[in-house]
Amino acid sequence: MKVKQLSVFLENKPGTLSRPVQILAQGRVNILTLCLADTSNFGILRLILRDWETAKSLLEAQGFIVKETDILVVEVPNKPGGLADILEVITQAGLNVEYMYGFTVKNENRALLAFRFADPDAAGVALAKAGINTVKASQLFQAMVG
Amino acid sequence: MSNHQSLSSSPRFHPVSAPDFLPGEQLRSLQLHRLKSMVQLAYDHVPLFRSRMEERSLTPAAVRTLSDIELLPFTVKSDLRDTYPFGLFARPMKDIVRLHASSGTTGKPIVVAYTKNDLQVWTNVMTRSFAACGVHEGDIVQNAYGYGLFTGGLGAHYGAEALGATVIPISGGNTQRQLMVMKDFGVTAICCTPSYFLHLLDQAAESGVDLEKLALRAGIFGAEPWTESMRQRIQALSGIKAYDIYGLSEIVGPGVAMECHCQCGPHIFEDYFYPEIIDPQTGKVLQDEEEGELVLTTLSKEAMPMLRYRTRDITALTRQQCECGRSLRRIKRISRRSDDMFIIRGVNVYPSQIESALLKVEGALPHYQIVLSRERDLDIMEVQVEVTPEVFSDTVGALERLQGQLSKSIEITVGLHANVRLVQPRAIQRSEGKAKRVIDQRKL
Repeated sequence: MKVKQLSVFLENKPGTLSRPVQILAQGRVNILTLCLADTSNFGILRLILRDWETAKSLLEAQGFIVKETDILVVEVPNKPGGLADILEVITQAGLNVEYMYGFTVKNENRALLAFRFADPDAAGVALAKAGINTVKASQLFQAMVG
Repeated sequence: MSNHQSLSSSPRFHPVSAPDFLPGEQLRSLQLHRLKSMVQLAYDHVPLFRSRMEERSLTPAAVRTLSDIELLPFTVKSDLRDTYPFGLFARPMKDIVRLHASSGTTGKPIVVAYTKNDLQVWTNVMTRSFAACGVHEGDIVQNAYGYGLFTGGLGAHYGAEALGATVIPISGGNTQRQLMVMKDFGVTAICCTPSYFLHLLDQAAESGVDLEKLALRAGIFGAEPWTESMRQRIQALSGIKAYDIYGLSEIVGPGVAMECHCQCGPHIFEDYFYPEIIDPQTGKVLQDEEEGELVLTTLSKEAMPMLRYRTRDITALTRQQCECGRSLRRIKRISRRSDDMFIIRGVNVYPSQIESALLKVEGALPHYQIVLSRERDLDIMEVQVEVTPEVFSDTVGALERLQGQLSKSIEITVGLHANVRLVQPRAIQRSEGKAKRVIDQRKL
């Protein structure tokens, strides 16, 4: 149940984050969540959105470098040790995580984790085997408007 | 011309190229004959040349053989500035039919002049330039060199026209229109600076124009130093052949030297321009194959003869026979100029060294700029490099690795640490003419 994510290259200087966000706002594209990885030199803006194809072409038309990647989104059970259990499965399965970040969906009271695995397909199989379900894109964007 | 046909492995031989194949002995006697008249003209009509020769107790009669040219004093760019605007003209204005001027980066520009004969010679060498790389009648030439005071535009224009090619005098700039014309008019050859062509390639990719599908097959690139790796990059990206043309307005404009279809360095049109290579420090004349500063003497220029002009371009002359059969010597690709050089922490660095270091790294990045600054009395070199879709990875580690590789490659090449900074596409200002590679913010 892979979900598409967009990664955008940003220079690390004041104002660089606002431009892509403005471009998407003007194009009326809604962002489900975003995360920024940064170094002193540059940043990578990661976005999850339903209309990722529209978003990609809007950003590229303005000269941004955009890359689409497959991520897996996992719901964290709302109980103590919920996150630890998931990470344990990943460690046991020897899955290589390139990065991850957490987010919540408004009004749903769910905690979600976005994982970028080196091999998303193998990761999906391993998680399913351990009884951990990944969230489908359609479920993820259900609550979204616009 | 059948005897010439056999000399040339080029599929089409143009009669205008005949002097390119003059036997060495004939070429040298022609050069000597022309050199003597040139020195006489300069001595008789240009006070600066006369006084410099008198200082050395020389008269034109001192030049009896070609190597006697070494007796003559050098001319440098500041001589043109000091005599601004018309001080080096050897003919009255009534004989002068064209003036050009070069952009002066500091102070006044320099002015150059042409008689009718000078323009004919210029057209001749430009025609031979196009013919050398296989451009011919029936070709459609998009001339994106700037028209105006800059010699590039009109020089290429008249050469291509005289050859019988169809010239599109589009001049520089307006990249979208350039692409439209290239596609709709079926352009087969383009003239511009290599950096502007890279910019065109970027724009083509963005607008979804696939250059490989167009009729374009040759690029005549010059007016700024570029490297062999840049040629490879341009050819791989566009599917065209990229040829190096060399010239400077002080001598004539473009058309002093041009690569043939073998692409192994520009042949100097030695029947009109006499080349020497000197040690830039001592002024001593070097042998063929030795690297040094190119010095040129015009052999026919009437309006503004130029004796032993120091070009500041670093290269070497080679006498090795080219496969095309031309007897004209070649210069090694000029990828640096002695005045492009900058000194950082006591080390001499040329932008071309940085360029080749960057292009050595996988996923070569063609757009770069060097920014020099000074922090607490320490020189800092930052190399800004634009990220391309091919090298962009969505993990921080991969981009940092790329940054590290670029930095290491520079360090190996020039022996200095540079901060490599990855920047967004088009963050570096594009030039429609010569690329600005170095920004020096140091206050000395």
